[in-house]
Amino acid sequence: MSDTFQLDGAAVPFEPGQTVMQAALAAGHYIPHLCYHPEFKPHGSCKLCTVKVNGRTTASCTMPAEANLNVESNIEELNALRRTLVQMLFAEGNHFCPSCEKSGNCMLQALGYDLEVHATGFRHLYPDRPLDASHPDVLLDFNRCILCELCVRASSEVDGKNVFALSGRGITKHLIVNAESGKLSDTDFALYDKAMQVCPVGVILPKRVGFSQPIGERRYDKRPISAQALDDAPRQVDTSGNCEACEDPT
Amino acid sequence: MLPDNDTRFDASGQAWLNQLASRHHNDASLLLQMLREMQERFGHIPQEAVSRLAGKLAIPRARIESVASFYSFLHLKPQGEYRILFSDNITDRMLGNQALLEQMCQLLWLQPGKVSEDGLVSIGTTSCTGMCDQGPALLVNGRAITRLTHQRVQEIAQLVRNRTPMADWPADFFHVDDNIRRRGLLLDNKLAPGDVLRAALALGSDAIIEEIKTSGLRGRGGAGFPTGQKWEGCRKAPGNERYVVCNADEGEPGTFKDRVLLAQQADLVFEGMTLCALSVGARKGFLYLRGEYRYLLEPLQAVLQRRQDSKLLGTDILGHKGFDFNIDIHLGAGAYICGEESALIESLEGKRGVPRNRPPFPVTHGYLQQPTAVDNVETFCQAALALHMGADKYRTIGTERSSGSKLISVSGDCAYPGIYEYPFGVPIREILQDCGAVNTRAVQVSGPSGVCVPESEFGRKLGFEDLPTAGAFMVFDDSRDLFEVARNFVHFFAHESCGFCTPCRVGTSMLKQTMDKIADGHGTQYDLNEIENLDRVLQTSSHCGLGRTACNPVLHTLKHFRPAYENKLKSLMFSPAFDLDGSLARARQMTGRDDAGAHLKEDV
Repeated sequence: MSDTFQLDGAAVPFEPGQTVMQAALAAGHYIPHLCYHPEFKPHGSCKLCTVKVNGRTTASCTMPAEANLNVESNIEELNALRRTLVQMLFAEGNHFCPSCEKSGNCMLQALGYDLEVHATGFRHLYPDRPLDASHPDVLLDFNRCILCELCVRASSEVDGKNVFALSGRGITKHLIVNAESGKLSDTDFALYDKAMQVCPVGVILPKRVGFSQPIGERRYDKRPISAQALDDAPRQVDTSGNCEACEDPT
Repeated sequence: MLPDNDTRFDASGQAWLNQLASRHHNDASLLLQMLREMQERFGHIPQEAVSRLAGKLAIPRARIESVASFYSFLHLKPQGEYRILFSDNITDRMLGNQALLEQMCQLLWLQPGKVSEDGLVSIGTTSCTGMCDQGPALLVNGRAITRLTHQRVQEIAQLVRNRTPMADWPADFFHVDDNIRRRGLLLDNKLAPGDVLRAALALGSDAIIEEIKTSGLRGRGGAGFPTGQKWEGCRKAPGNERYVVCNADEGEPGTFKDRVLLAQQADLVFEGMTLCALSVGARKGFLYLRGEYRYLLEPLQAVLQRRQDSKLLGTDILGHKGFDFNIDIHLGAGAYICGEESALIESLEGKRGVPRNRPPFPVTHGYLQQPTAVDNVETFCQAALALHMGADKYRTIGTERSSGSKLISVSGDCAYPGIYEYPFGVPIREILQDCGAVNTRAVQVSGPSGVCVPESEFGRKLGFEDLPTAGAFMVFDDSRDLFEVARNFVHFFAHESCGFCTPCRVGTSMLKQTMDKIADGHGTQYDLNEIENLDRVLQTSSHCGLGRTACNPVLHTLKHFRPAYENKLKSLMFSPAFDLDGSLARARQMTGRDDAGAHLKEDV
C-alpha cells in the first residue's frame, strides 16, 4: 500500500517523486493552477496552486509529497489569495475578454469565473506590448502573456527549437522571440510545434481560425475549469505526441 | 542617440569578441562574465555581438538577451559614453542626492533616464551602491564616486563635456574611506596569512567542522544558519565535486561592511574560504562580488596571486599533498536578488538570477547541482577567527545563541557613520550613543527587509535572540518622515523583484503605486486597507525572501508611525488614482498655458 497525505480531510495516495499537485490531480482532487502542466517539470511561478502544508503556505506543484502531510487547499483564506493573484494577472497585462478569440478556451478567464473574481481589484497597468503578426500561420499577441513560460519550456524541451525566452526583470519582464529582428517569421516556428499548443491564454494563436468554434461551445463554456481539469488528469502524452488537455490548434 | 544598428561594433570589435570567447573557453556558464566585459568594452552590448557570441557558445541568442536584460548594469541599447547612475538609497536622499541629480541634468541638458542627443551621457538612478557612510554617491561607467557636493557635480559635468577619459579624472573622486570606528576581535586580529590554515591542517577536516559547530558560529548574512552544520551537510552530501562560494553581493541598502572587509581583510576572507574548502573537500571556490564594487576586483586579484605565490592557494597548499584549492572572482552586474544564495548560484552559472525552487538546497544541489557551501564574507572571516582562537574561547564572546562579534554598518542621521564592531547582544541605544546620533526617531535594522525600531524599543539587542541583522543600521532623526523612508524601500523592492512569481512581480508594483498615490495626496483609508491586503498576499505566496519581506517597511512604519500615513490621507473612503488635472499637463506644456482656465478644479 502506498503512503498517503491529507488534503482537505481526504486521504491522497502518492508515488515516490510525485509532488502534492501531481498526486492530488491523479486522485481526483482539483487544486487551481496556471503555470503547471503535467508534461513539464513543475515551475512554481504563478502561485495559484498555493496551499497550506502543516500550516505553512507553499506552492503545491513543487512541494514533494510526503506521508502524513496535512494539506489545506479549498479554504476561503487561500481562495481569497487566488482571487487576488488572478486580479494581479488581469491588471498586469491587457486582457479584454469580450474581443479575445481565446475567450472560453482561456485558463485565466476560466479561473476568474471559477474563483468568482467579481471586480478588477487593481489599477490596470496597460503595458505597451506590440503584436507580432509576421509569421504566415501564427499571431503573437503579447498583451495577454502571463509569463508562465510554458511556451519557452515546450519549444526548448519538446520542439528543440528555443523559439521563446523571457527578457527583462520584475514588472518589465516579457516574452521575446529568438531572432535578431525579434520577429517570429525569422524563426523556424511551425503550427505543429508543441509550443503552439500549451499557451493557457491567448498569446500564441493560429491565424484564420479564430472563431470557427463559436463562443458558448468552448472548453470552459461547457464545464468550469475545476471539473475540466480533473477530466484531463492524469494527463498523459498519447503516441502521436499530442496532449489531450491542450487544444487542437487547427 | 546612436541608432539601434550601432556602429561601434567594427572589425576590431569582432576580433576582440572572438578573443573574449576563447579566453572563456566558449563556456556558456561564464556568459555573465563575458557580457560584463562586453559592456565595459562597448558601453553596451551590441545586437550583432549578441548573435556572434550566440554562435560561439552554441546557445540561442534569446538566451543571451534574456540574461543581459536581467542585470541593471548591462544594456542592450546604446547608452551614453558616460553612464552616470546616482545611488538612490534613503541615506543618499537624506544627503540631498535629488538636488544633485537635478543639477547634473541641468548642466548636461538632459532628463533622467534618457541618453543625450549626441550620445555623450546618460543619467539615472540605481539601488544603494554601498557608500552610505560617505554619500551621496554615484557610479560613472561602473566606478564609484563618493561624497558628492554641488561643487563636485559641477566638476564631473565639466569633465564629461570635455570628454575627459576617466583615467584622467581626479583620483580623489574615487577615494573610498573605510571609516572604521570601533574594532573588535575581527578588525583587531593580528593573524598573518596562513596562520589559520596551519592550525586547521594540524586538526584535520572532521575536527575543523566539530570546532566550528562548537563555536556556535552562525551565518552573518542575516539568516543565521549554523555554519558548522552547513559545512558538515556539504561534506556529507553525495557529489563529484564540491564548491565553496563567498557571497560578496552586498546589496541590502545600508550595508557596506563587506566592502570594508574586502578592502582591509581580504586575506582573512580567502583564508576562511580555504578553511571551508579543506573541511568540505572542495577544490574550487568563487567570490561573487557585486558589480558596484568593481573597483575592488584588481586589488583582490592581487591578493589571490600573492596567496598562490606563497602556497596558500593552488596545488598542495602549504606542502600538504592533495590539498588543492583555487578561487575565481565573479562580478555581479546590478541585481540585489543575487544576494539570495540560490539566485547567486544561478548567476554564477551565467544565468538570470532567479531563486531556485527549494528543496533541494545548495548544500546538496548547488553550483552545477553539486554540494556547495555558500557563506557571507564576514562569516568566512569569523570562521577563521573561531578556529584559530578555539571554539570554547570564541563562545565566550557575544550571547548564548549568538556567539562572536558583528560588524554594523552605521549610516543616516549621526555624527560618525561607518563600521562598528560589537560583540552580539549590544543594545541599539549603545550604538546610537557611540555614533553620535541625537533626537533619533527610529532605526532601520538590517536594511529594508529588516525591522524598523522606534525609540521606545531602543533597549532591544542585536543578536539572533531578538534582532538578527546582516549589518545595516540606518538612523533617522525626528526631522525625517518615516512614510518617505518606507516609500523609498518599496520602490527599491519593486525595482529589484526578479519577476519570477506573480505576487512579487505584480504585488511590489502595486504597493509602489499605492504608496505613490498616498504621497501625491490622493490616498484614502481604502488604500491603507489595500496595503494590508497586498502585504498578506506577498507574505503568504512569494517565491523567496524578497517578496516575503517587501512589505516589512510598510508594515513596521504603519505599526509605529501610523500618523505619518494618516496625515497624508484624504478623508474619503475612496479616491481614484487617476489624476484628471495632471493628465492635462502635457496639453498645458504644448500650448504654453498655465492659467486657471487650463486647470480642472478638483471636486472634493
